[in-house]
Amino acid sequence: MMPIGHYLFLSLALFLIGVIGVITRRNVIIVLMSIELILNAVNINLVAFSRYFGDVAGQVFALFIIADAAAEAAVGLGIIIAFFHNRETVLADEMDLLKW
Amino acid sequence: MNPTLHSILAFVQTWWVELLCAVLIVLVVPLIAGYLALVERKVMADMPARLGPMRVGPPGLLQPIADALKLLIKEDSIPDNADRFIFWLAPVLSVTAALTSMGAVAFGPWFQAARDINIGLLFVVGVSSLGPIGIVLGGWASNNHYSIIGALRSTAQLISYETTAGFALVSGLLLAGTLNVRAIVEAQRTDHAWYIFLAPVGFSTYLIASIAETNRAPFDLPAAASELVAGYMTEYSGFRWSLYFLAEYANMIVVASVGTTLFLGGWLRPFPNVHWLGWLDAAPTLLLAAVGAYCVFRAGKQPARLQSLVMWAVAFSSFVVSAIFVFASPFSHLPLAKMHDGLYGAFWFLLKVSAYIYIFMWLRFALPRFRFEQLMRLGWHILIPLALVNVVGVAIALALHSEFSWNRWLATFFTTLATLGAAMMLLRWNDKYSAAAALLADSSIAEDLHAG
Amino acid sequence: MLDSVIFYFFAGIAVISAALMVTRRNAIHSAVFLITTLLATAGIFLQLRAEFLFIAQIILYVGGIMVLFIFVIMLVRLDVPLPQIRSGLQKWIALFVALTVGVEAGVVIFLARKAPGQGLLIPNPAPADKLPPNTEELANSLFRSYLLPFEIASVLLLVAMVGAVVMAKKRTEAP
Repeated sequence: MMPIGHYLFLSLALFLIGVIGVITRRNVIIVLMSIELILNAVNINLVAFSRYFGDVAGQVFALFIIADAAAEAAVGLGIIIAFFHNRETVLADEMDLLKW
Repeated sequence: MNPTLHSILAFVQTWWVELLCAVLIVLVVPLIAGYLALVERKVMADMPARLGPMRVGPPGLLQPIADALKLLIKEDSIPDNADRFIFWLAPVLSVTAALTSMGAVAFGPWFQAARDINIGLLFVVGVSSLGPIGIVLGGWASNNHYSIIGALRSTAQLISYETTAGFALVSGLLLAGTLNVRAIVEAQRTDHAWYIFLAPVGFSTYLIASIAETNRAPFDLPAAASELVAGYMTEYSGFRWSLYFLAEYANMIVVASVGTTLFLGGWLRPFPNVHWLGWLDAAPTLLLAAVGAYCVFRAGKQPARLQSLVMWAVAFSSFVVSAIFVFASPFSHLPLAKMHDGLYGAFWFLLKVSAYIYIFMWLRFALPRFRFEQLMRLGWHILIPLALVNVVGVAIALALHSEFSWNRWLATFFTTLATLGAAMMLLRWNDKYSAAAALLADSSIAEDLHAG
Repeated sequence: MLDSVIFYFFAGIAVISAALMVTRRNAIHSAVFLITTLLATAGIFLQLRAEFLFIAQIILYVGGIMVLFIFVIMLVRLDVPLPQIRSGLQKWIALFVALTVGVEAGVVIFLARKAPGQGLLIPNPAPADKLPPNTEELANSLFRSYLLPFEIASVLLLVAMVGAVVMAKKRTEAP
């Protein structure tokens, strides 16, 4: 069995890629996808710890995170569609209604 | 000896049955898909009393091979503005999902590639749910309006009906109490009943949902020929088109296998515990022997030499298999007997799967196509609530049986009646609702006209 | 041996396709690479013997959420190629944040690995063939210890569904 650090480093790498995506991308849909990637990285951590401690609670929390990601995706995409109906754009830097 | 080679050999030695099953699935399923298409054409021809393909092979039996050759040597055209990477990826994804999900299907007590997975049936359902992604991506990548409309329809339809199929499966899984494919079949043996009789509503909702999931008529809106040319496959030709085709038929086999495993008793023969029906055990042998005799009888009368050779080969192989059936059954401790069990189970399993697929074809040629909003209303307003009520009903029947020691059939009868009553109420409510909605739509159109 | 081969295979696919996902211009390509990442992560779950989570990941994430994403990307037609990055400053901010967090967490994990007993207390995992059936164990934990969070999660999903429907519906003028 491999040391747990491998899983932690993998999870860290995915997390950082997700963070970079959230900060740099203009397209809000891709920003949402990067957030999904971050949640997924956290899931790897939870499952790895659950395996190493022999306690299934980590997997339960990973399930909750998946449910949460589903809810977040539904609401986020709903917002994006509503916004696209009104403004015909999905770019983050053009979403400046509050700056008026 | 080279250690790498040694470890590979050890790996093969441990897993040879699984590897063999996987290779067989990949090799045989395309052939079966081709022959399913032939059967479909024959059934389609039979309904208006025509003959169907007759030219290639004795009664058209070599038609699939000719079709496959034609598809392979056709020009492979890619539209100019297509997204080449995704255009390539999409059909591959569809086929991979369909064939991978077949890995956990138990075609018999021994023939199963992924034997020990704990989540068996969920694996089949889950992996085959990746197929729609291939369809959507293919429709998008073609850069064609018909394709993208077909893709969008397909996604909406699959998301809607997967929920129904999931709930229908839950009602069967509640009865079985396990997700392991082989344990589900064994549970039907020990319960002395196929689960179609304990959850009839569950089976019927699963049947409808599975037709919709495989994009078959009357739910074939994603590839409706009279509306969308060929839907998401419009721009595909040659080998790529045949990959989509293979995925469609493989998906049919997958949903039919899931339905068979969960509701129709898997590889068990009808009434596996009734002893005076034991003569049914001889059915595969007799059938094979009859096929062999027919082939021997007809082989001399074929016009071409190749045809009679094929007939002899078929006769020989069916005689060999039936000899295995006859001679292996008394020796239950030999490896030959394992093969006998496997073939015997596979016979009943494939028979049930064929019956299930025949229902698909029959419905395809008997029913007109749904309109999209009819499809959505059927899915969301009728089937999903019905499947939900059915899960509760089956759970109540199980509780009545185990907690209050009711007769199981009585409990099932009452809960099924209650579920059907709920279904009637749903239908009436839906009729009223849709009438009101139609009225509303009419009035809004009238208002629009006035406003315009 | 086989375990680590499987792990590195899936980890490599996950990281590479995650990087591709963040850098592709076309949103559909991003979605495809995110699907690849999620599938690779599912493989890692399987390697960690979390069978149920493996299939939940495939059904919910890939079969559900990602199909939704692709659906929305198609509805929101964005055929114009976009400049990838909002401004030059943003790239440096992203790099700075990523480096800071990465170095910090990496040092923590590395030190914890170097000095057992001082950082993370990781026991040796049970051998793979001694594990109880994953689905049953998960169900027991979910419906015994975590029943209330489970119900709250279902309510959350319901609220999210209603909210998404309300937001995505075309607004009609009040009569």
